[in-house]
Amino acid sequence: MADPASFINWSLLALEPPGWGGVLLRGLMNSIEIAIGGYSFGLLLGIGGACGKLYGGPITRDLMECYTTIVRAVPELVLILLLYYAGTDALNYVLALVGIGEVDISGLVAGIFVIGVVQGAYTTEVLRGAIKAVPAGQIEAARAYGMSPTKVMTRVTLPAMLPYAIPGLSNLWLIATKDTALLAVVGFSELTLVTRQAAGATKAYLLFYCAAGVLYLALTLVSDFLIKIIERRARRGFVEQS
Amino acid sequence: MKKTLKTIALSLALGIAAAGAASAEQVKVGFAAEPYPPFTSPDASGNWEGWEVEFQKAICAEAKLDCVITPVAWDGIIPALTSKKIDMIIGSMSITEERLKTIDFSDKYYNTPTGIIGPKSETFDATPEGLKGKTIGVQVSTIHQDYANKYFGENGATVKEYQTQDEANNDLAAGRLDAVQADAIALDAFLNSDQGKECCEAKGNVKDDPAILGAGVGIGLRKGEDELKGKLNAAIKAIRENGTYDTFSKKYFDFNIYGE
Amino acid sequence: MTDTTPPDVTTHAMAFTPEDLPTAGSFFKPHRIVLLLIAAALVFCIVWFMRWDWVPQYLPRLGYGILVTLAMLFSTAILGFILAVPLGLVQVTGPWPLKTLAKIFCTVIRGTPLLLQLWLLYYGLGSIFPQTGIKQTFLWPYLRESWPYGVAALTISFAAYEGEVMRGAFAGVPAGEIEAARAYGMNRWTVFRRIWLPRAIHRALPTLNGETVLQLKATPLVATITVIDVYSVISKVRQDTYITYEPLLLLALIYMCLTGILVIAFRYLENRIPTRGA
Repeated sequence: MADPASFINWSLLALEPPGWGGVLLRGLMNSIEIAIGGYSFGLLLGIGGACGKLYGGPITRDLMECYTTIVRAVPELVLILLLYYAGTDALNYVLALVGIGEVDISGLVAGIFVIGVVQGAYTTEVLRGAIKAVPAGQIEAARAYGMSPTKVMTRVTLPAMLPYAIPGLSNLWLIATKDTALLAVVGFSELTLVTRQAAGATKAYLLFYCAAGVLYLALTLVSDFLIKIIERRARRGFVEQS
Repeated sequence: MKKTLKTIALSLALGIAAAGAASAEQVKVGFAAEPYPPFTSPDASGNWEGWEVEFQKAICAEAKLDCVITPVAWDGIIPALTSKKIDMIIGSMSITEERLKTIDFSDKYYNTPTGIIGPKSETFDATPEGLKGKTIGVQVSTIHQDYANKYFGENGATVKEYQTQDEANNDLAAGRLDAVQADAIALDAFLNSDQGKECCEAKGNVKDDPAILGAGVGIGLRKGEDELKGKLNAAIKAIRENGTYDTFSKKYFDFNIYGE
Repeated sequence: MTDTTPPDVTTHAMAFTPEDLPTAGSFFKPHRIVLLLIAAALVFCIVWFMRWDWVPQYLPRLGYGILVTLAMLFSTAILGFILAVPLGLVQVTGPWPLKTLAKIFCTVIRGTPLLLQLWLLYYGLGSIFPQTGIKQTFLWPYLRESWPYGVAALTISFAAYEGEVMRGAFAGVPAGEIEAARAYGMNRWTVFRRIWLPRAIHRALPTLNGETVLQLKATPLVATITVIDVYSVISKVRQDTYITYEPLLLLALIYMCLTGILVIAFRYLENRIPTRGA
């Protein structure tokens, strides 16, 4: 084997062209953008879904059940393809029906939508479990004080369930960051796809894939660090369980 | 709670609508989001360059279209066109009978033969007999895939399908393939790269089959967009006649890429 | 990674598990019958108005693809589990160098996308083959194929996730049980083989079905490195026929059936294993 230094050309990772570092970082920013957007959208869907599952009528409950079952039984890759092509089509169709007219859905919006719908189902399940973990007595006490259902929700149920939900939600954030890689398959320029392009253009496959791995790992570790801080704050007053 | 959700949903919808309205007049030009030198390849500053990028700029300028380039996944490029994620394909797509069932094409804008390359260590011809028992790499959803399956796959060769041309080339260099079939110019670009020079050489062009290999490369369009088609055909003709086409082609090729 | 997290919470949120299976009686509520009728009408519309004429032609290939997917799933789940046991164990009792190595391994694998790992293994390693003499070794006929890379990547990923579960399971076996075994004069190996390992596996079993469903959901990624599984057969249909939605709908249906069968099989297994004290 030749001297390893001869086939690792570090200058390829330089931030300024002809190095590809800048392209990779921009890909990382795209990935983070989509992860944040998709996660937030998923959180909204999840809150709606969990409320629907716990407090909705029988039909809402069944429809929510179908949604979470499908997402939890079908690979993300397949869902992403279906939603990317069919989902945006359907969205356009619905928008046209309500009279807004056809719109142009950018790759970013489509990516956020796709990741959001997948995350929404997972979030629904996490939040449902967390809300169920809130002691019934606390909610009954709030009701006994004459609070309206909305007030019970915002003042008691949501704040009280948060400590139970945070571990699951933080895992879902890590999963959202990694799921963005799947958008490479539909040609969205996030980190994994730009890595493949850089690797293909320079033929330094090993170097670029490892570099992208380091970037993803850094994202995970930084997130992990922040999650620990949030968790510690949220669990104040809880007995340490583990 | 419900009210907030409604507000958020509405603002989201309006946001999408606003984003849509802002870019209503643009024409989105789709091509494969992968290095395909010398036609389209990304450079280190994230821009796309190559012969086809210059062709696209010339066409859009000539036809007075506000074009935005939109890289998409090659294997989903036709669905992307039909579902209006892009408005036309300038991505080295050959005009074939099969594709004409689904989409429409402009007149051809270049035409090149189909070649086969293989490792230097092996000698064989680009014929069904020569490739018997070999593993041939092709890119999915290309005329080469159809051709290789018909002529080589049914004559004792194994055809392996790759998402991008670049991955097939890479696997040939890695020794996982015995041959790669593709556009002769794209293969030339690979053979001239450091990786290609070291491992591989051209094994010749395949016998033509116009029914599969088509009649040159055209701009892919949705069916029924005759106005756009007319504009593009006029633009192709115009840049051929006013010399623009030859000017940028000379930078890349020393032969006539337009064909006969 | 977040150590306080019971891993099964997220797994359960992401994977369909036996608790979610409906019971036969639950279908006969009035509103469900109406919903079922609407669903039946929807299915009828899909079958009637969309294009399905390609199905018979591709049926044999689809069957082959499903077999490849299942082979990928089971081989990697079994291999991954075998790797997960030592990974979990050294994190609980191993000497610190091994402990750190195992921890780093799990963190790195769980912190990067599987798709990237797969491409790193297949294309990254492939690109350095020409510089090495690997073509002369007995391994070459396997390294030339694409499936070993798929199996390796999926196995490693499963081992890392399940290794974390096994770590919790090993740590969670009550110390009293192990002390009792020692008091009976069992040596360390016997304690491990007869008490610690079986109890830890028993504790890990409930998460195992979730992890297996997640693994099934990860298998289509191998199609991106030219392994011909059911996903790649469907991709081929899409490319050959230019039909977009119908093949993907069929694919989603196939995966739902596979998940359903897997989950029912797990429930059957779970019912056969006594769960006293788990």
